[in-house]
Amino acid sequence: MPVIDPEAVLRGERLAVTRALTQIENSTQDGFQLLETLFPHTGNSHLIGVTGAPGTGKSTLVNQLAYHYRHPTDGAEAPRVAVIAVDPTSPFSGGALLGDRVRMQDLVGDPGVFVRSMASRGSLGGLAAATGSLVQVFDAAGYEIIIIETVGAGQAEVDIASLAHSTVVVEAPGLGDEIQTIKAGILEIADILVVNKADKPGADHSLRALRTMLTLAHSHPEEIGHHSPNMNSSQATDEEPDPDWIPPVLPTTSITGEGIPELVTELAKHREYLLSSGEWQKREENRLSNELELLLKDSLRSRWENKISPATYQNTLKKVITRKITPWKAVQDLLEGVEI
Amino acid sequence: MEDPQDKIRVLIAKAGLDGHDRGAKVVARALRDAGMEVIYTGLRQTPEMITEAALQEDVQIVGLSILSGAHMTLVPKIKKMLEEQGLDNVKLFLGGIIPDEDKLELEKLGIAGIYGPGTSTQTIIKDIQNACQ
Repeated sequence: MPVIDPEAVLRGERLAVTRALTQIENSTQDGFQLLETLFPHTGNSHLIGVTGAPGTGKSTLVNQLAYHYRHPTDGAEAPRVAVIAVDPTSPFSGGALLGDRVRMQDLVGDPGVFVRSMASRGSLGGLAAATGSLVQVFDAAGYEIIIIETVGAGQAEVDIASLAHSTVVVEAPGLGDEIQTIKAGILEIADILVVNKADKPGADHSLRALRTMLTLAHSHPEEIGHHSPNMNSSQATDEEPDPDWIPPVLPTTSITGEGIPELVTELAKHREYLLSSGEWQKREENRLSNELELLLKDSLRSRWENKISPATYQNTLKKVITRKITPWKAVQDLLEGVEI
Repeated sequence: MEDPQDKIRVLIAKAGLDGHDRGAKVVARALRDAGMEVIYTGLRQTPEMITEAALQEDVQIVGLSILSGAHMTLVPKIKKMLEEQGLDNVKLFLGGIIPDEDKLELEKLGIAGIYGPGTSTQTIIKDIQNACQ
């Protein structure tokens, strides 16, 4: 495999970009070196996360969203759009069926769009371990908009919130009552809430339930309706991270594209809000510190794995299985004397 | 743990206008169960669409399913377009009803595997694994 020219990636040459993505996804030495060169050129893209339960229509929505970005109605210059679509890896075979492209046929033949499918490769949390690094490749290659579609998420796959600048949570009619809306988890991470399949019965009910949830979450009456960024210096506290941004709830029908222009408008507003409130910078810092922590954990673990002999591990495991020692004690034993 | 560099990525595409994708889905599923990452494109893909998907997904293998009889037009075209994009490393596999004389000609063109009805998925899996070594 020839070494990839980082300049070609920075120029956005598609063959170089695709090869770079593979090397980095497979965590090869070449990939790491490449990322080293690309990284200083990142930090310019708007990262949009799209998440929600399986079958809510995420891929079709992403298809419409990307298409809309590429065909602006106001005659402005269209941004280049990258899509990273993550699907689950089978825990049994290690294989994966990546089928999100099937719903993205409207983007075919447009050189300003790059769609890459990714298997989760054992990661929980809705993304793959390397998703953040692939985002950096697209960022360095000049894609202004990067849309990340998570695996079909349940209630707790919330990693996307620390990767994306703007998180869109997609719901569909008929997925639960008001109690679902006040549980912790996926709804809490939404910057924008979308009720997709709004042409289906029950959509009104879902919209109403979500809006009620939001009035409960943002119940200080004097704050509702205040969107002025100037409010934030005096009122913002750590307990209330986004006092000036109340997530809008939008109906969309991604099969027809209805509601998509409104979604694009809200995403632009959210970006404005992030930039003017200083939240953008805060999210960037959070993201990078998260990434650092994850990588640190991974590499500590693999260093430890290289130091410990399989026999020692098996012996300790046997003691746990026969209930001679607790798993806690086993961890102590396994870490003792191992320099990592 | 398995080395991620050994992960085989395959694009499965229904080329041309016929709508019979059961075979393609069976193969896709079998390859998934053999530990491969399978990107499925759906029906009615043109050579341009297939080439673009192969480029963006950086696959080692493209598996085509053609039941319309248009294989002698489509396959050489796809092969040529892949090469034009710099994807000479991609190996092409073909499933469908392919007459013997066409089969010979396609093999001469460098198609790595051609499979008719009744082929066991194990054969296809083994051939793909060998082609990726």
